Amino acid sequence: MSERYGFSLTTFSPSGKLVQIEYALNAVNAGSPAVGIKASNGVVLATEKKSKSLLHDDRTIHKVESICKNMGLVYSGMGPDYRLLVQKARKLAQEYMLVYEQNVPPTQLVKRVADVMQEYTQSGGVRPFGVSLLICGYDYDEDRPFLYQCDPSGSYFPWKATAIGRNFVNGKTFLEKRYSDQLALEDAVHTAILTLKESFEGQMTEDNIEIGICDKEGFRRLTPAEVKDYLAQIG
Amino acid sequence: MGDDILSYNGGVALAMKGKECIAIACDKRYGVQNRTIATNFTKIFQYSDHCFVSFCGLATDVQTVSERLKFRTNLYELREQRKLKPNVLYNMLTNLLYERRFGPYFVFALVVGLDPKTGETFIYDSDNIGAVSDNVNLATVGTASEYIFGLGELFFKPNMNADELFEATSQALLNGVDRDSASGWGAVVYVIEKDKITVRELKGRQD
Repeated sequence: MSERYGFSLTTFSPSGKLVQIEYALNAVNAGSPAVGIKASNGVVLATEKKSKSLLHDDRTIHKVESICKNMGLVYSGMGPDYRLLVQKARKLAQEYMLVYEQNVPPTQLVKRVADVMQEYTQSGGVRPFGVSLLICGYDYDEDRPFLYQCDPSGSYFPWKATAIGRNFVNGKTFLEKRYSDQLALEDAVHTAILTLKESFEGQMTEDNIEIGICDKEGFRRLTPAEVKDYLAQIG
Repeated sequence: MGDDILSYNGGVALAMKGKECIAIACDKRYGVQNRTIATNFTKIFQYSDHCFVSFCGLATDVQTVSERLKFRTNLYELREQRKLKPNVLYNMLTNLLYERRFGPYFVFALVVGLDPKTGETFIYDSDNIGAVSDNVNLATVGTASEYIFGLGELFFKPNMNADELFEATSQALLNGVDRDSASGWGAVVYVIEKDKITVRELKGRQD
């Protein structure tokens, strides 16, 4: 089968940096923008989903994916790396369910996913993942929503609202002004769309953005029709 | 190990539900076949504020399984920063037991718990390879399980208060173990309520 390297490809530079992780973050920052906002009663995830060609038929490829009933995620960066992490996250959620017969609490799943990402910065012969993830979930025990970001390094951060990918700095500045703790989910969706609009080139339609929401009922991706309604409300 | 591994050491436990309270009781005998070695071997272990488990069967496995389960629950509490719920504990235990499906532990288990907020009560029992049960009103495990089950059924009434529950549980256990030479030599009864847990040691027939 395949020969494995016994040594890590991610090594320290003299200044104490792990350059491979820095480069991975560059890949993330070049990716299409994604936004996450935690409202008082739920979380919204939104991302740009532009096709490179008019010939693309991408109604079945999704960027916003669910992990389990109460959790979902979105990314910025390399699509194929994301696909792998979605599969791993789903499996981790089910393994938890098998042992504890409970839906995995968001904090727990995020820890496990981040551990996977960290492994790839230290194991032999592999490179870090070229994605940052925005993971959202509803914790039924604490009865509140959660939003986390997972980086290629394996660090994870809880956020009230954040943006990742291209123009994330502008996105976060925009959110800092707009965010409030009393935000309801409906308002959060509007704010998320407006944040994406800041860095959007061209006309925003229901086919070139994707939105997912997570509340007490669970996580779901909005249908294009629902997205169209929200876009119409914004004008 | 003698003819029947599960009756080599002996021992018995019983759990019964009341109104927003649970009782779990066990005997205290530790014996090797027909010899009684000690009379202070209790088989009930606490895993959370209101979650208790009792293991009956081969004594070495009673000790090992209770400790290995504690290992897992300790890590759970550290990782998740919260206390265990009864149904979660039960699932962890049955998982632990099934991991040894083809070289099993020789213990049968009773998992009991109470939700301190809602007063909801839980009693589950499991065989030694992790077969799950429903949330039941009455459950027994051990060498005298059938005897105490019969008495338990007789004394059980729905929605008993803590005192009535204690009486019913104690009488079922103490009188049932008299029919079994491998169980008895005293008993311990835990009555678990929303705001307190009462432990009582009973002196029965010392034979």
